[in-house]
Amino acid sequence: MDNATLKERILGLVPDAEFQENKQFLTFIIPPARMLDLAVALKTETDLAFDFLFCLSGVDMIKFLEVVYHFESTIHKHQLALKVRVADRENGSVETVSNIWRTAEFHEREIYDLLGIRFNNHPDLRRIFLEEDWKGHPLRKDYVDEVNIVEL
Amino acid sequence: MNFSIYDFTSFNQWIDKFLYDNLPPFWAVVVEMTIIGLVFLLFYALVGLFLVYAERKVCAFMQNRVGPNRVGPYGFFQTIADFIKLMLKELITIKNADKLLFNIAPFIIIIASFMAIAAIPFAKGLHAIDFDIGILYVIAVSSLGVVGILLAGWSSNNKYSLIGAMRSGAQIVSYELSVGLSLLTIIILAGTMQFSQIVEGQANGWFIFKGHIPAFIAFVIFLIASTAETNRGPFDLAEAESELTAGFHTEYSGIKFAFFFLAEYMNMFIVASIAATVFLGGWMPFHVGAWEGFNHIMDFIPPFVWYIGKTFFVIWMMMWFKWTFPRLRIDQLLTLEWKYLLPINLVNILVMAFLVLMGWHF
Amino acid sequence: MKEVINLPVKNIEEEEYHINMGPQHPSTHGVLRLVVSLQGEIVKSLKPHCGYIHRGIEKMCEKDTYPQIIHLTDRMDYLSAHINNHAVCLLVEKALEVEVPERVKYIRTIIDELNRIASHQLWWCSFGMDMGGLTCFFYGLRDREKILDIFEESFGSRLLHSYYTPGGLMMDIHPNFQKGVKDFIKYFRKKIKDYDDILTGNIIMQERTKGIGVLTKEDAISYGVIGPSGRASGFSCDVRKHHPYGVYDKADFREILGNDGDTFTRYLMRMHEMRESMKIIEQLIDNIPAGDYTAKMKAVIKLPAGEYYQRVEAARGELGVYVVSDGNKTPYRMKFRSPNFSNLSALDHISRGVKIADLVAIGGSLDYVIPDIDR
Repeated sequence: MDNATLKERILGLVPDAEFQENKQFLTFIIPPARMLDLAVALKTETDLAFDFLFCLSGVDMIKFLEVVYHFESTIHKHQLALKVRVADRENGSVETVSNIWRTAEFHEREIYDLLGIRFNNHPDLRRIFLEEDWKGHPLRKDYVDEVNIVEL
Repeated sequence: MNFSIYDFTSFNQWIDKFLYDNLPPFWAVVVEMTIIGLVFLLFYALVGLFLVYAERKVCAFMQNRVGPNRVGPYGFFQTIADFIKLMLKELITIKNADKLLFNIAPFIIIIASFMAIAAIPFAKGLHAIDFDIGILYVIAVSSLGVVGILLAGWSSNNKYSLIGAMRSGAQIVSYELSVGLSLLTIIILAGTMQFSQIVEGQANGWFIFKGHIPAFIAFVIFLIASTAETNRGPFDLAEAESELTAGFHTEYSGIKFAFFFLAEYMNMFIVASIAATVFLGGWMPFHVGAWEGFNHIMDFIPPFVWYIGKTFFVIWMMMWFKWTFPRLRIDQLLTLEWKYLLPINLVNILVMAFLVLMGWHF
Repeated sequence: MKEVINLPVKNIEEEEYHINMGPQHPSTHGVLRLVVSLQGEIVKSLKPHCGYIHRGIEKMCEKDTYPQIIHLTDRMDYLSAHINNHAVCLLVEKALEVEVPERVKYIRTIIDELNRIASHQLWWCSFGMDMGGLTCFFYGLRDREKILDIFEESFGSRLLHSYYTPGGLMMDIHPNFQKGVKDFIKYFRKKIKDYDDILTGNIIMQERTKGIGVLTKEDAISYGVIGPSGRASGFSCDVRKHHPYGVYDKADFREILGNDGDTFTRYLMRMHEMRESMKIIEQLIDNIPAGDYTAKMKAVIKLPAGEYYQRVEAARGELGVYVVSDGNKTPYRMKFRSPNFSNLSALDHISRGVKIADLVAIGGSLDYVIPDIDR
């Protein structure tokens, strides 16, 4: 499916998705509430068949936290990037996609560990790299650690 | 055939007579035992040290390395240096370990291998005890070692050790059968269990040649089973350093570890000696039927050299196995024993009995 | 009258026996800790605990300029250091729309493939060691040394090279480079037969690995198991084929796919891949065009604001670099999607019900490098 048709298709599934200009991937900003439905559709609909979640990252945009999903279909070879924005920095949460793409389980744990975004219904949401009693989430822009981070 | 130049019988009898003439009988026995004990202790230490060195050189040779080459000529004193290092190391006591069993275990293992060595004939007249059930004795004594391994694994309070010990228990108990049955095949052929008689029986040809194919099959099975019984690769599941770090001796340090280490090599030496004695003619020289001149030259090589040569050939084969094969898995190990080696062995014994009955052997 | 005490009866069958494999364990290839629940010898489940060497590379990147970041990427998957460097270089070049000279592309591709062979050689030796064949370890290291010698001659380092810079290379290749590589290929074509003789053809090794740790194609895609491990399950995921970079589109090579997805197939994939890599190098080594070894770059590299993503095929699978730039000389957010991280996530799934010895073999066949998981 080429990008133009794919764009129509996604906007058909989620009308309030916001299209974002990007040279490499077709990118949409999806409202958090619609993400799970869209994820199921992306995996199951045969003309979409996004079966490979090749990257799942979190970004701290200061005003909000962002989860970025990069999908590829191993059948149709098309790619897609989705973003979900979380406005609440303290208790913000996103629905997990780890039951749809199993690789998300570890990636979501990583995002939770380093950026503090919670994933609802995640089977095992614990910190993955840092200790259980670590304070704060290091990849946030407002994270301060006077001992370990040396500012030059 | 005349071995008079290398016959130790008269030498031993002379010592025996000398002691009994000069001492009361009780003290004569005590002195004799002490001498034998000291000689074996020395022999044990020397062979152990040499085997460790040999293993390192053989393994280095197979792995494109040089091996030990710094301490002494060709690194010959490396093992002695290692031994001194092990002697000086701290003996770590493990918290919550069963102290008594933990300390006894290495001794049980080393005593088992020590006892087995007593019955082996090194040359004509050169053995400590010539039991008339020598083979039975060696099989019985060498399987005592498994008790030591089980105790070591159990008392270490370490999960890896326990798994290693349990593996080892299953392994040694199973392979004991094959060792026994393959030796039984030769006992049928030899008609005796006395080591000296078995060796004498091979004066006109080693049993591996005399017994046709069954003897050869028995030799191969013995080699496999005894490698497994000594816990050496590819059957080193009890240690399995990539799975269980070091298996049953994970928690041992210093001289106690050295005991395990030494016992492994001595067990290897013992099974190789048995293989050499039972299958390859022990200290008997190599003779070919009617070649009188050739046989005569062979007779001039001392029996002790023959014995050592054969033993080290078998040891070298076992080292070769270890350094070329990957390790087996526990279920494959037991499958190999119970489904392949044991049935083959039983059929083999029947064939051998039939051969002996019909007088078809040489 | 005696009181009868009813003690709770424990069902031994249901009791689990936990062992900690790692962080110091010979076969976890680094500081990974696997909490394994056992029933006898059989693995019921396992939980990986990572983070023992988490250095926060992603956080450090936010303070570093792009040429500095290259030095950090070496430290992720240190066995495919060049390929990691390549990912960042390609990303910067793509963002700045710089066309690098053909010579650079050729050299980078050749060195990437050499790096891949070196990495697979080390994998082969450690896999042999995991299986209990210690001799393999020395064979593999002996041959890897030859590649490291070529690297050392050309750019002075053996493990962490940082040879690629945005726009080109740090310096030109050594005059002996081509001859050295050709000699190596000739040498290694002979030696790889030894590898097959000592391990691939061994009956114990085949019995131990066939049908163990089976990962289906669907699971491989879902878990994101990539690289040779994914291709063993039939998941066509070679970035060199699907999204070519360097001069891979000019080289003739096959993407080898397996069917069974078991440990033995994963093993075979890497053995085949070494041969394919040699094929690529042979095609390119004589055709390195003359020219500059670097494109003209500005002294301070600033990426235009936006998002960039670059995928390369590292030795263990696809390495993704995701950058959010706000137009400064340092990235706003840099994310490395490392192959070992997702490969590790499948370990629990494929190793349920196998023996401890198989777990070690499966771990060896997934070929994880811990610094790449932890970053």
